[in-house]
Amino acid sequence: MDNISILIQAPPLALQLLIDGLLIGSVFALAAYGMALVWGVMNIINICQGQFVLIGGYVALTVARQGLPPLLGVPVAAAALFILGWLCYRAVIFRIVERDLFVSLLATFGIAIVLGQLMNNIFSANLETLDAHLGNWFLFNGLVSISQIKVVASAVTLVIAAALVLFMRRSRLGQAIRATAQNPRAARILGIDTDRIYAMTYALNAAICGASGALIAMIWVIQPFGGLIFTVRSFMIVILAGIGNLPGVILAALGLGVAEQFVGFIAGAQLQIAFIFSALVVILAFRSWRLNRQRRYLA
Amino acid sequence: MRLLHNKLTMRLAILALTVIAPFALPAFQVELTFLWIMIVFALSWDVMGGQAGYNSFGNIAFFGIGVYTAAVTQIGLFNDVGAYTAAAGGASLNVTQAQYFIGLVAGLAAAPIVAIIAALLLGAALLGLRGHYFAIATLGLGIALGELAAGWAWIGGSSGLQVLVYPGTLASQRLLFYFLSAGLGLATFFILHRLYATRFGLVLNAIRDDEDKAEALGLRTTRYKIAGWCIAAGIVGLCGGLMAHIIGFIDPREVAFAGATFGVWMVLMAILGGKGTIWGPVIGAAIFHVTRELFWTYLYAWQNVALGVLIIVVVVFFPTGLLGWVRQRWPRLFAVTTAGEPSA
Repeated sequence: MDNISILIQAPPLALQLLIDGLLIGSVFALAAYGMALVWGVMNIINICQGQFVLIGGYVALTVARQGLPPLLGVPVAAAALFILGWLCYRAVIFRIVERDLFVSLLATFGIAIVLGQLMNNIFSANLETLDAHLGNWFLFNGLVSISQIKVVASAVTLVIAAALVLFMRRSRLGQAIRATAQNPRAARILGIDTDRIYAMTYALNAAICGASGALIAMIWVIQPFGGLIFTVRSFMIVILAGIGNLPGVILAALGLGVAEQFVGFIAGAQLQIAFIFSALVVILAFRSWRLNRQRRYLA
Repeated sequence: MRLLHNKLTMRLAILALTVIAPFALPAFQVELTFLWIMIVFALSWDVMGGQAGYNSFGNIAFFGIGVYTAAVTQIGLFNDVGAYTAAAGGASLNVTQAQYFIGLVAGLAAAPIVAIIAALLLGAALLGLRGHYFAIATLGLGIALGELAAGWAWIGGSSGLQVLVYPGTLASQRLLFYFLSAGLGLATFFILHRLYATRFGLVLNAIRDDEDKAEALGLRTTRYKIAGWCIAAGIVGLCGGLMAHIIGFIDPREVAFAGATFGVWMVLMAILGGKGTIWGPVIGAAIFHVTRELFWTYLYAWQNVALGVLIIVVVVFFPTGLLGWVRQRWPRLFAVTTAGEPSA
């Protein structure tokens, strides 16, 4: 608890944590938006979300190792993950779209295990990070440093998010996806090939994850078995924000990023993972309590 | 066939097999012990997952609580736990034979009690949730507790906890824990078999089939769900207490709260055999145990790929499990013969 007094004595440090949290949190928003998309359209909670994110990171890493500019990794990872997502859909997901949630939960969990082990075998179990060779900006005589790559990553996230919103609103495919989400049967009657829409949705989600993974590899570390943490982060953000609420998703993601930074500093980095998963349980317990109250009102 | 249908003969046969097995196959004693543990895993998961339709990924949490409770109680009865863990294996404790066994019994008694209390509290907090929200909450629960245990220095933290060494020969230790596990397995099977035939079992099934209707009929479903989870937690907590002694060393993430191994296996075994039946989890556990040994031996470094593919195949193609599949394929085998029909 000594760290709390450090924070009170040195406000710039708190500012540092706040800025880091906001910048990292903004990147979480992408994967969470993808999860909400698949959840809303296909009624599937995609447990392998985190693995998609990590694979995106590894693709970007591979691109950078070829001597290409690191930011090129973002579109390449998105493209590669689009293909992977489409393959996953054609191999497994299309069989479970209209089945009950537990089946899809376990099936995507199975995919997550397979992808985690494959990453481990291909890229080795080490912690990896992608150095983008950008410096820092300093404020308050160097007390607060803002890493430029984090700012770039947030900016890229914003661009991607804006593009997604435009795509969903304006494009023919985006409209078809939203129609399918509202009522798949009616969409089918109106001539929409829902199977293709599902495939596109799932692949699009994977592509979003890939892009966010490429950014995460630049601002953080990736590790083959760390996928579940990203899944849980996305899930928490979606529950807090609600499905189909992009501003809410971004707000929740920023909040989560900040909370993680502060807890990581106050309680020590080794408890950061414990915090994320405990927060999940607490949020769901709160939800359970609220549902209970509603039920009591009805009675 | 008539002989097999006779319940008493069947029970005696199972009992005889259980007693003879470790002597007939001495090389497989440890494997057989683990087989019983796996059966207990699958059966206890099925209480909520199969019978009540509440799929929990977090029963491993109660297993871990049981593991730590049993070990810490045994050490703590006659020694200072904090000093022991601070030495990080550097100090060995002087425990007499009598003290060891008193501690063993006390630990095994405490394990299910603490697990049940935890299930009561967590169930009250979480079981108002429906279906998949509950599943994901429990997924977080197992991992969160594992990380918290890894951060708690008093019980050894992330460097783990060494369980007291058995004061006797290796052979006698193996036999003792074989029979304890087998006893737990048989007791679990028969208790649950009885339980599912009672009103309580029917309520669990009603919750699985349609929770809203069950509630509308005046059943306080949340209470029944909590009770069901407590039963599962008690069984798996005791199982954890045994496991602490069988493995001998507790790692918070790899043994106690091993969500990626035991935690997943429980679910897979029950589904593989056929969830919602009494024999399904047993069959699933037996098949899975053998398959897993083969995977881990011949597919080293690829075992999780094989495991993941197995999960996908089972869930996508055999959602009712082997038993359900056989029942669909050859319904006559399971047909209940009524009075008018000649019995086959």
